[in-house]
Amino acid sequence: MTLNIYVNGEARSFDGVSSVHDLLVALGLTGQRIAVECNGEIVPRSRHAEQTLAEGDRLEVVVAVGGG
Amino acid sequence: MDDKLVIAGREYGSRLLVGTGKYKDFDETARALDASGCEIVTVAIRRVNLGQDPNTPNLLSALPKGRYTLLPNSAGCYSADDAIRTLRLARELLDDHRLVKLEVLGDPGNLYPNVRETLKAAEVLVGEGFDVMVYTSDDPIIARELEDIGCCAIMPLASLIGSGMGILNPWNLQLIIEQSRVPVLVDAGVGTASDAAIAMELGCDGVLMNTAIAAARDPVRMARAMKMGVEAGREAYLAGRMPKRFYSATPSSPSEGVIASHKS
Repeated sequence: MTLNIYVNGEARSFDGVSSVHDLLVALGLTGQRIAVECNGEIVPRSRHAEQTLAEGDRLEVVVAVGGG
Repeated sequence: MDDKLVIAGREYGSRLLVGTGKYKDFDETARALDASGCEIVTVAIRRVNLGQDPNTPNLLSALPKGRYTLLPNSAGCYSADDAIRTLRLARELLDDHRLVKLEVLGDPGNLYPNVRETLKAAEVLVGEGFDVMVYTSDDPIIARELEDIGCCAIMPLASLIGSGMGILNPWNLQLIIEQSRVPVLVDAGVGTASDAAIAMELGCDGVLMNTAIAAARDPVRMARAMKMGVEAGREAYLAGRMPKRFYSATPSSPSEGVIASHKS
């Protein structure tokens, strides 16, 4: 089943993705120092596996970069 | 000598805080931070570049583990909501890290802070248990309101972000320093070591800078200069400068006993 969601503002389609954890695997981001927000709410790392995704969800996946 | 900077209950030996943006590469970043002697470094929070090679070097792994206290910022945010979301993400990213630099901008051209949104965001973040170091204008009334909200450090600009124009209004900074019970750090505008020294001589508790180091021809050397500038300014402040004597010179050498060829 295809899931259509927005990741970092981009419309993306995924097959076989049902949780935040699945999404991070699909994006090749497992094990990276990142943080995830779904529809404006933080998804704590401990809940990546259980947080299910729904059609149209808006996700932000962020990282620390150089800045002042 | 025991002269520590205390922010949110934690002691720091260095009064220079350094940003990690705009360096040539992570190696230069690490060498400049090392030369500056800083203990607190700012980082920004940005969207992951989707589709990038997972082995692309990452800022956090380029910094020596555990050496620096990270200060994630909300740079680039133009509303209280965006700043709050960004700093919540930072807290999650850094494992329930609470010390943050709140910055809400009002204009993309001059990067002047939007104090109305800054006040709103500060209230929410302090309520959620964040230790908020807040970037703001040099308005003493706003500074007092931010302190009353519970911010743990007030960080007025010396001049516009990245401008290197130095301390444009020492009088306002002094008003803020005199009234504040939390640390006051100059954030933004420092261009060279003498600017950092002047900020510290005014009685600032610290200085935060990024571009002044990163955009120098030799960033590592400038980082060292800034370390010395901050230390010199702090020492001069603690030593207590001599009073200025306008239009009234006093000799440093004895007036008596000067040889004279034509004494009567």
